[in-house]
This record gives sequence, C-alpha cells and structure tokens, in this order.
Amino acid sequence: MSKEPVAVVGIGQTAHVAARRDVSLAGLVREAARRALDDAALDWRDIDAVVLGKAPDFFEGVMMPELFLADALGAVGKPLLRVHTAGSVGGSTALVAANLVAARVHRAVLTLAFEKQSESNAMWGLSLPIPFQQPLLAGAGGFFAPHVRAYMRRSKAPDTIGSLVAYKDRRNALKNPYAHLHEADLTLEKVQSSPMLWDPIRYSETCPSSDGACAMVLTDRTGAARSPHPPAWLHGGAMRSEPTLFAGKDFVSPRAGRDCAADVYRQAGITDPRREIDAVEMYVPFSWYEPMWLENLGFAAEGEGWKLTESGVTALDGDLPVNPSGGVLSTNPIGASGMLRFAEAALQVRGRAGDHQIDGARRALGHAYGGGAQFFSMWLVGADRPE
Amino acid sequence: MPEVTPEPTAPPAEPEEALTAPLVVEFPFTRSLGPVRGAFLTGLRERTVLGIKATDGRTVVPPTEYDPDTGAELRDLVEVAPTGTVTTWAWNPSPRRGQPLATPFAWVLVRLDGADTALLHALDVSGPDAVRTGMRVRIRWAAERTGAVTDIACFTPDDGPTPEPAEPAAHSGEFDDPVIGITAPARLDYTYAPGRAQSRYLRALGERRTLGERCPSCRKIYVPPRGACPTCGIATAEQAEVGPRGTVTTFCIVNIKARNLDIEVPYVYAHIALDGAGLPLHARIGGIPYDQVRMGLRVEPVWRDGSRYPDHYRPTGEPDADYDSYKELI
Repeated sequence: MSKEPVAVVGIGQTAHVAARRDVSLAGLVREAARRALDDAALDWRDIDAVVLGKAPDFFEGVMMPELFLADALGAVGKPLLRVHTAGSVGGSTALVAANLVAARVHRAVLTLAFEKQSESNAMWGLSLPIPFQQPLLAGAGGFFAPHVRAYMRRSKAPDTIGSLVAYKDRRNALKNPYAHLHEADLTLEKVQSSPMLWDPIRYSETCPSSDGACAMVLTDRTGAARSPHPPAWLHGGAMRSEPTLFAGKDFVSPRAGRDCAADVYRQAGITDPRREIDAVEMYVPFSWYEPMWLENLGFAAEGEGWKLTESGVTALDGDLPVNPSGGVLSTNPIGASGMLRFAEAALQVRGRAGDHQIDGARRALGHAYGGGAQFFSMWLVGADRPE
Repeated sequence: MPEVTPEPTAPPAEPEEALTAPLVVEFPFTRSLGPVRGAFLTGLRERTVLGIKATDGRTVVPPTEYDPDTGAELRDLVEVAPTGTVTTWAWNPSPRRGQPLATPFAWVLVRLDGADTALLHALDVSGPDAVRTGMRVRIRWAAERTGAVTDIACFTPDDGPTPEPAEPAAHSGEFDDPVIGITAPARLDYTYAPGRAQSRYLRALGERRTLGERCPSCRKIYVPPRGACPTCGIATAEQAEVGPRGTVTTFCIVNIKARNLDIEVPYVYAHIALDGAGLPLHARIGGIPYDQVRMGLRVEPVWRDGSRYPDHYRPTGEPDADYDSYKELI
C-alpha cells in the first residue's frame, strides 16, 4: 500500500523576542498552536494526535514538558509524543508527525516546537562541568569557529562571505514580522566592523537567543480538500544521524547531511536541486554555515558554495533564495528553529509568506541540524500534490 | 520460600578501579507565570487562595490556564477558603532538602472549602497517628511571603466547624504589584563515572602520557577512549600511546572571556591531532603570539604541576605539517 500524501494545512508561530515574560510556557505554545489551527480553520477536536519537540531539558529545566503541556495543546485523551534530537528537533518533530499521517495512523496531527530561552541559559545547559574533563575553553562560537576556518581553508573563500550572509539574512528579517531581530539600520559595513568574537566569527554573524514557538497542522488528502488555503505537500522527508566525534568525521560537510539530502531528493524526484528548488530555509546559526550547507546539500560542488552567496544567488531576488525569512541568524528559539525552517519552506509554496514571499515558489527545502553536527532532518515541500 | 545460598565462587580478578566523582547540576531557572498562575501566586502573597472555574463548572485549585478536560482557555478566577479537608495522605518520615518542613510530616492532598480539586502540600502533625483522610486542616501562612507556593508554609489541623458547601465568589485576580515570574532553582546530584576506558586514560594523564585505544577493525586510535569505536561499533581494548607532539589542524581566536575561565583574551583555541591519534582533541595554544598561530603548526604539551591536563600546547619549532597530512583530522 502506498503512503498517504501529507499536506501542511495550518502554520502558526509566535512573534519571537528575547523574553516573553507575559506568557507561561503553556501560553507560549498555545499561541502558536491556536494560530496554526486558525490557519487551517480547524479546532482542537479536529486533531487526532500531538507531536511536540524542544531542545534539551536543561534549556528550561522542565522535565517531560510534553506532559506538562497536554492541556494547553488540547492533547487530553489523545496520543502525545515528544521528539528529542537537539537543535534539529523542530525538523525531526515535523517528520515524525508527517510519518503518522503518511502511515495512515492519524488523519490530522498537530506538531509543535518551542523554546523559552529566557528561562535558562543555553550555554550553561550545553557545557555542564563534567568531572575529570577539561572545561570547554571557548563558548558556543568557539565550538563552531574552527570548523568555519577549516571551510575557508578548504574552499579558499574570501573572508567577507560570512558578513554577506549575515547582512542578507538580517535584511530579509525586516520583511518578516515574526522575526526576532529587526535591525533596520544595519549596513554591510556595520556587520564587517562588528566585534570579532571567535575569529573568524563576528558578533553580527551569530544567532540571537529567542523565546518562541512554531506549530503546524498536517493532514491527509481529505483534510487538504477541506483546507481554506492552499496546502503545502510533502514530497520528501528524511533524517540522518552520526556520532558527535569519530575518526574521519567531516565537520565541514558531514556525511549524515549529504546522505539525508540525497534521500530527500530521491523521494522527491529531484536530480538537480540547484535548478529544481525555488527556495531554501536552512539552519544557519553562524553565517558561514550558508556556503557550507550549500555544498553539503548538493546546491554547489565542494568548495563552490561561497560563490553562490557572493554572486547574490541566495539573496531574496536571486534564483536560489536562502532563508527569505531571515533564518536562524535573525530568530533562534532553539527547539523551534528547525520547525521554523520547515514551516517557512511550506509558507513559500503555499504563497503565504507575506513580504518575504518568493514569487512563484513551487518547491522549497526546509533543513535543520543539531548537536555536534550529528542530527540532520530535512523536508521538501511543493505546491503540487505528489503523484 | 527456601533461602538461596549463593554458589561459592573464586574471588574475581582485582578489577581496575573505575573513577567516580560527585556531579552537581544546579541552576536557578526562571518561570514566566502568565495570567492565571501569576494571579494565584500573587494571591498567596496576600493570603488569598484563588481557583478557576473549569468548563464543567468545577473549581480547580491550584488554577490552570487551560481546562484539564477540554483544553479550553480558562480565565474566571474565584476565591476559595484557607481551610479544607484532607482527601488522602502519605507519611514522610525523613524530609529531604528543599521540602516544606524539616521535621517528619504528612504529604496531604487538601480540598480547600469551595474547591472541587485537591492541592498537594505538607501537614505539620506529630506523627502518622495524627493524620486521617477527612480531617479538617487550615493553611499556616509563611511569615514572609513573596508570591510563591511556599507562601503556604504548610497545613495544620483545624478545630473549627465544617462550613456549609457554598459557591466560591468571583475574583478579578488583580492585585497591586503582581508577580509575573518566579525563580525555580533546580538541583540534581549525580555520581559521575567516566568508565574503565576513560579511567585508564585519566590515570595515564597523571603520568603525563596520552593513552588512547585502537579499534581492531579500522585501526584508528581513539583519544580519549570510550571503550568502543563509534564508527565500527565494536569494543576497543588495545592501548596505544599517542603524541606527545601534534599538529594544529584548525583553530579560532577567542576574544571574549568565557564564564569561570581565568584566561586572558585573546587566546587561541585549537584542534590538535596528536601524532598517531585518529581524531583531534581541543586545547589552548600558548608560547606564540595569537595572530601567528596557523593550521599545520607543530606543537607539544606544556604541563603544570597539580593539573590533570596540559595547561596549553606550544610550538615545537618543527616545520609546519603539510595540509594533506592532517586534512582528515580537523
């Protein structure tokens, strides 16, 4: 029996800010979920199951938030699952939800991811002082910056590429009312003169710390037929994992990421992602990850990704726009960041992305990764129902 | 049942003692309360207990933002009494850190007068014989109240008459200087055990040697060893010393001071492939101006007395390693 086609019929997100002190955790997730239901013109009773994801528990100190949030998410009397794959969790949560529909286990699934970073300190949560071990000597950026340097060496990219990405994404965010950072006065010169925190990563090339949530309603064909707005159809979705550290690990272009993308393209029948995909929402927490992922995801040959960035191909008006929403560089409620990529890709093919809509987008890729570049999840969504 | 006598066995070979150490994970998490729990905790500060009307007309205490059955948003607050009835209980003979009372007490579920659900708290009585389901109790307020559930110090037995059932009065939930957030400190006490492989590695470090383990299949040497090869998925047993010299494979220059780290910035944080190792470790580079560190730089450890790990690595003076020799070790 073939899989049931999966439709994204509802998308909701909160405004993302540094601290949402006006709402509880329950109130935060409720806001996103309610907006997703409203978009789909559905109510709580129409939902068969809830699949929820967030980043590691230490980020908020709420163990088993899936139980704590059952009433706020209308999950009483329904299956409620939690997915946990570090920073990629928003993506893998959506894929678990999609699989429940594709397998005809449920007909309408609410999937949601969130983070209230203001309630904790993610850096602390990521660097607990383990006995006998040397403390991490450099902070979060210090984990990523050496990989960026390795990419620069390997690709011989000019050292300005990172600033181009940061400037582009922050400008894009000005067209996204939900984005956390709205830096109207930002100039490329300001990005390039911002403090060098972890050389080669500058302050303006790093993601913010945000509170926010994102929710989607996924349905089968019957649900899609009732949807008041055009659905986004799932054409391919995959997850891949690999260990954090192993001999031969390629942090610049992890094999798990390459394999994951290849699987998604195979499912979607894509042979030339650069030409056949109209928009990409990729997980870029530090600006240099745009050219790195362009290569890892097969949009450019090894060592060539930065040329797409430099020539404007990835700009909002380029022919492969990357992160029209402003991306993780502009909004980062960690657990939700992956789902935001998936949701923004779906908004593009539904024609509902507002001011950052890419005209005529028919196929878009949502990408998330997490941990020590060890979890990858991606989906490709399209305006047309897959055959 | 017959007693089982263990078979006599030869004493086990003296196991290599694995290291352990206490690990305390502690953080003052904050909680934004939202409109309902914010009103509830602010009310406690003012010696007022608020509940909320659920969709089916029940009064829920403590109040929830969303209906426990239907998930509907709830906003109709009511005030209930500081007295109530124990619906069930359990004796706590040895209170632990952070519990409401330091002396033995009963955990009780109390249905406050006017409420339809019960609240969990502590009952201060002399012993389990003094507790029964159905007994009447009253809130003992904390002397200093901040807008937290601990504003109820505990419950105590109440001799007053049982009131007639009455519908609780509506309450606006509005107070001067409302509490919108609390701090919720969390603490976990672990005993951390790095395991036998890492224990051997750590002991060797004490002798200023870096000891890895070689995978019998892919032949790569893992440092630090974890007792198994993550790629091949098989146990690693063969000990292999690596270093002490190595190559800087990539690095960053840290310009911001990390918390709890007493290192002057800027400094270089590098990935170093020790000679023979199958993957790099991370360490600080010293003995060279930070802006002269480069990929391929050859380095050696600098030890300090009393420290388990090298304090930093410094240049050896050898010619730089060729990129192709370390590009798989980044």
